[in-house]
Amino acid sequence: MKTTYREAVRKALHEALTRDGRAFLMGEDVGRYGGTYACSKGLLAEFGPDRVRDTPLAEGGFVGAGIGAALGGMRPIVEIMTVNFSLLALDQIVNNAATIRHMSGGQFSVPLVIRMATGAGRQLAAQHSHSLECWYAHIPGIRVVAPATIEDARGMLWTALQDPDPVIIFEHATLYNLEGDLADDAGAVAIDRAAVRRPGRDVTLIAYSANVHKAMEAAEALEADGISAEVIDLRSLRPLDDETILNSIRRTHRAVVVDEAWRTGSLAAEVSARIMDGAFYELDAPVARVCSAEVPIPYPRHLEEAATPQPGTIAAAAKILVTGHG
Amino acid sequence: MTPGGAKPRLDRPHALDLLRQMLRIRRFEEKCAELYGAGKIRGFLHLYIGEEANAVGVIRALAADDAIVATYREHGHALARGIGMRPIMAEMYGKAAGCSRGRGGSMHIFDAATRFYGGNAIVAGGLPLAVGLALADKMQNRARVTACFFGEGAAAEGAFHESLNLAALWKLPVLFVCENNFYAMGTALERSESQTDIRRHAESYNVNGAVVDGMDVVAVEVAATRAVASIRESGTPYFLENRTYRFRAHSMFDPELYRDKAEVDHAKERDPIHLFQDWGLTAGLLHDADVKTIERDAAAEIEDSIAFAEAAPWEPVEDLLRDVHTPLTAQAAE
Amino acid sequence: MADFRMPSLGADMDAGMLVAWLKRPGDPIARGDIVAVVETQKGAIEIESFQSGTLRDICVEPGQKVPVGTVLAHIDGPEAAEPTMLPAAPSPPTVPPRAPAPAALPTTAPREERGARGRISPLARRRATELGLDPAALRGSGFDGAVTRADVERAAKERPRGPVAAGSEIRRAIAAAMSRSKREIPHYYLSATLDASACLDWLERENAKRPVAARLLYVVPILKAVALALHAVPELNGTYSEGLFRPSSDVHLGMAIALRGGGLIAPALHHADRCDLDGLMRALGDLVRRARTGGLKSSELSDPTVTVTNLGEGIVDAVYPVIYPPQVAMIGLGSVMKRPWIVDDAIVPRRLIQVSVAADHRVSDGHRAARFLETLGQFLAEPDKL
Repeated sequence: MKTTYREAVRKALHEALTRDGRAFLMGEDVGRYGGTYACSKGLLAEFGPDRVRDTPLAEGGFVGAGIGAALGGMRPIVEIMTVNFSLLALDQIVNNAATIRHMSGGQFSVPLVIRMATGAGRQLAAQHSHSLECWYAHIPGIRVVAPATIEDARGMLWTALQDPDPVIIFEHATLYNLEGDLADDAGAVAIDRAAVRRPGRDVTLIAYSANVHKAMEAAEALEADGISAEVIDLRSLRPLDDETILNSIRRTHRAVVVDEAWRTGSLAAEVSARIMDGAFYELDAPVARVCSAEVPIPYPRHLEEAATPQPGTIAAAAKILVTGHG
Repeated sequence: MTPGGAKPRLDRPHALDLLRQMLRIRRFEEKCAELYGAGKIRGFLHLYIGEEANAVGVIRALAADDAIVATYREHGHALARGIGMRPIMAEMYGKAAGCSRGRGGSMHIFDAATRFYGGNAIVAGGLPLAVGLALADKMQNRARVTACFFGEGAAAEGAFHESLNLAALWKLPVLFVCENNFYAMGTALERSESQTDIRRHAESYNVNGAVVDGMDVVAVEVAATRAVASIRESGTPYFLENRTYRFRAHSMFDPELYRDKAEVDHAKERDPIHLFQDWGLTAGLLHDADVKTIERDAAAEIEDSIAFAEAAPWEPVEDLLRDVHTPLTAQAAE
Repeated sequence: MADFRMPSLGADMDAGMLVAWLKRPGDPIARGDIVAVVETQKGAIEIESFQSGTLRDICVEPGQKVPVGTVLAHIDGPEAAEPTMLPAAPSPPTVPPRAPAPAALPTTAPREERGARGRISPLARRRATELGLDPAALRGSGFDGAVTRADVERAAKERPRGPVAAGSEIRRAIAAAMSRSKREIPHYYLSATLDASACLDWLERENAKRPVAARLLYVVPILKAVALALHAVPELNGTYSEGLFRPSSDVHLGMAIALRGGGLIAPALHHADRCDLDGLMRALGDLVRRARTGGLKSSELSDPTVTVTNLGEGIVDAVYPVIYPPQVAMIGLGSVMKRPWIVDDAIVPRRLIQVSVAADHRVSDGHRAARFLETLGQFLAEPDKL
C-alpha cells in the first residue's frame, strides 16, 4: 500500500487510541487544527476532545500534566511542536519523568510517550530547526527513538506505549512527506535495535532519522566510485545498540557518523567514542563525523544546506577514509 | 486565633489527634536537626517547624484515596499522611529500608500506599504533576482530589501559572495549597512578587479560593474541608493560601541574613502548637496529662525510628543501577 | 502576463491537489480574489491571487496533484500598475547556490601533528604484529598517508618472493622485536647439562619398529618433555604487558625456525603438552614446511606462550636466547653430545644435552627456572611417560 510517513504516524495514533482506552493525545493544536504537521487530522472527530486534547501554549505545564496522568494510570501521548519548544518542558522531562522511578525507590513508573518534530531543511531558521535529540539521549531513565522509515513511523508508537517508562519519539519534520510502501498488516516494531539499511564492505555510514536517507544517497554515489558503503540506521538513540555498530565496524573497519546536531558534544561524538572503546583495533582509519556546522541554523536555503549534512559531504568524508584522498 | 464562632465543634479525640500530629512532626524534625548535626542525615534538610498546622489541617480533610504532591519541605506532610516514621527516618539516613529505598533522602519521600507523589525539589515542579493526576482521575471517572502543596515562591514560576490555567480550563479536581511563609529561601515576598496577594493569581484564572491563618490548625482544617467539598461538588480546582511562618532557617546551612531575629521571635509567639494546646486546655478538651502522654509517645516513636534506621543495612553498591527503568518482571506483573 | 502558481503554504508542503477553479478564463481578477481551491495535507485551502488582470488560461485541471511552484494558470494584467508589488505568487523553489565544497564542512577532527610514532591504523598495526612485519617500514596508502591493513597484507604477500627484500623485511622485524626485548625485559640465564640417554635410547628402539616415514625426530620427545615441564613452573609460560603477567594454561610452544632467505620466524605448536608424539611430529613437520613457504596462519605467529630454539644439530654447547616479547621465557637446546659422565661413581659414556633458559626477572626468579630444568631432567629420564 502506498502511503506517507505522516499517514503512518496518523495510523499509529489511531491504533493507539483505538486499542488502549487509557491512551490519549495531548498537545498544541492536535485537535481542531489537525496537528501542526497534520498527523492527527480527523482524530478529534473520531475520539472526541477528551482523548484528542488541545492544550494551551504551556509546554512545561502540559508535559508535566502528561507525567501526572501517567502516574494516575493513563497512557498519555504528548506532542510537542518542535524540539526547540521542548526546552520549555525540559524541567518536567529531566527532573520528573526521568527521575520519579528512581527517586521513589521503584514505587512509581511514568508510562509516558512524548512525540516531537526535529531537524532542519525547511528554511525555518534558528528557533524551529535544531536537532537536540542528544540532550535527551544523555538522560538515564528515558528511552529515545527516531523513526526514519514509514514502517518505523507506523510501528514505534505502539511499542513505546507498552514501555512502562518514558519514551521520546523524534520525527524529523522533513520526513512527513516521505512516500513509500507499507504492508497492509504493518504494526508494532521492536525499538531497541539499530538496523543495517544497506550492507557494504568498505565503510559504515551511521545515521538516524532523516539523515539515514542522505546516507543511503551517499552510499549510492560511493557505489559508482567503487566503494561499498554499509548504512546503519540507529533507530534507538538511547540506549544505543553497540552490538550492531561494532559488528559493522568489524566488517568494514571504517566509520562515518552522520548527525544533524552540532559536532561538539553530539551523539556522533558518543557513537565515535564507543567505536574507539569497542573496536579500536579494528579501525583502519580515524572515525569521521559529518555534523552540522557550529552555527544556529540560518534561514537562506543555500546556507541551511551548507550548515547541515548532505549526501555529497557524507560521501566525500567516506571516500577520504577509504582511498586516502578526496 | 480564629473567632470562636467560626470554630466547628471539636470532640476530644479530634483535638487529641490534631495536637498529637503536630507535636509528633515537631519533635521528629527537632531530632532530625540534631541527627543532621551528628552527620547521620546529609544532603539538604528543610525543616517545617512552625508550619505544622498546614499539613495536619489540610491532610485531615482528605480521603484515603486522594493524592498528595508535596515539596522538598515535606516531612510533615508525609507523617501527617500516615507514612510510617520508621521508613521516613530510614529514608533520611539513605538506607534501603527507606520509603524511597534511600534513593531520595529528605527531599524525595514517596509512598504508593498512601498516594504520596513526592517530595519534589524543583520549585513549582509538582504543580503540573498534580494537574495530570487530577486529569487521570477525571478521565477515568474517579471522584478523587489531588492536593498539591507549594510555597509562595512557586508563584514566580511559569509552571505555577500554567498549572492554574490548565486546572481551571479543564475543570480538574486539584486542591492547590500555597503555604505562604513569606520567604522564598531568603527572598522576601515583596522583593520577588509584584502581586503579593497570592490568591489573586488564582482569581485571575477563575479558580475559587480562600486565605487562611496557617498558624491555626483548626482554621486550616475548616478551610480545607470546605475546599475539598467544593472540589468534590463542582469538579473544579480550589486554591488555599495558608499564611504561615518558618521558624527555622531555610535549610541547615543558612545564617538567616535576610530576616531579623526579632521578626522570627515575634512569629514564634503564634506557634501553632502552643496556640492550639493553650486553646484546648482552656476549653477543657485537652488536659496536661494528655500533653505528657503525647510527648512521651512521640519520643518513644522517634527513638524507635532511629534504632530502625541505624540497624537497617546499606544498599549494596551492586544494586546501584536499579530503578532507573522498570524491570521486566514488574512490567509483566502490571 | 503573470504566472499563477501552486503556492507553498508551509515549509512542509511540497505538493498540492487542485480541487476547483473559482474563476474561468476571461474572468476579471482583482488582487486578493480567491481563484482556486487546493487540497493539502492539512485540508482544503483557498488560494488568492496577488495579481490583478484577466484570467487568460488554465494549465492544471481539477483533480491533478502538482508540486509547489507549478504554473496553474496565466493572468494577463497591467503588471506595471503595481510596480512595488511582491512577486506575483510565491516563487517556485529557486535553485539555490550549491552548498560549498565538502572541504568547507568540518568532517573530522583537526588532523594530528605527525608525531614520533608512524601513522599506522590500529588494525594495520595489529595485522603487522600477526604477520611479523614492521609496519613503520611500509608506505601508507590510507587516510592521511596512514598504513592500512591492505598495505600490510600486500607487503606480507610480497615478502617471500624476493629473498633479499624479504630478508631485509624480516631482519627489520627481528631487529624491532629483539631491541624491544633487550630494552624492556630484564633477562636472567640458567643452564643445566641433562642426561638424554634414556630418552634417546627409547626413541631409537621406537624408531626401529617404524617405517622410515613414520619415524620421529629426536627433538620431538624433548619438546614434549619441555612442554610438560612448563606445567611445573607456570611463571615461564605466558605473556607480560602493561605491568601485568598473564600466565597461560595452554602451552603453545613457539618454534624458532630459520628461514632460507635469512632470518627467523617462531610460529606456535599449539597445545604441545597435550599432543602425543606422533601428533607433535606431524605438527612440527607441517609448521616448518609452511614457515618456509609462507603459509603460516596469523594466529600461529601471535599466540606462542613460550619459545624454544634448537641449535642441536651442530657443535653448539649452549644457547643464551633473547626472549620474544610479550613472552616471558625462552628455552635453548644445545647439541646432543656423547660425553663421559659419572653414574654411580663410574665413568660412563652418555648422550648429554645442555638446556638453557632465558627468563624475565619481572615475572620469575632463578630458582623457578632451576625447578623447570630439574623437572625437564626427570621427564627425559622416564621417556615412556612422554
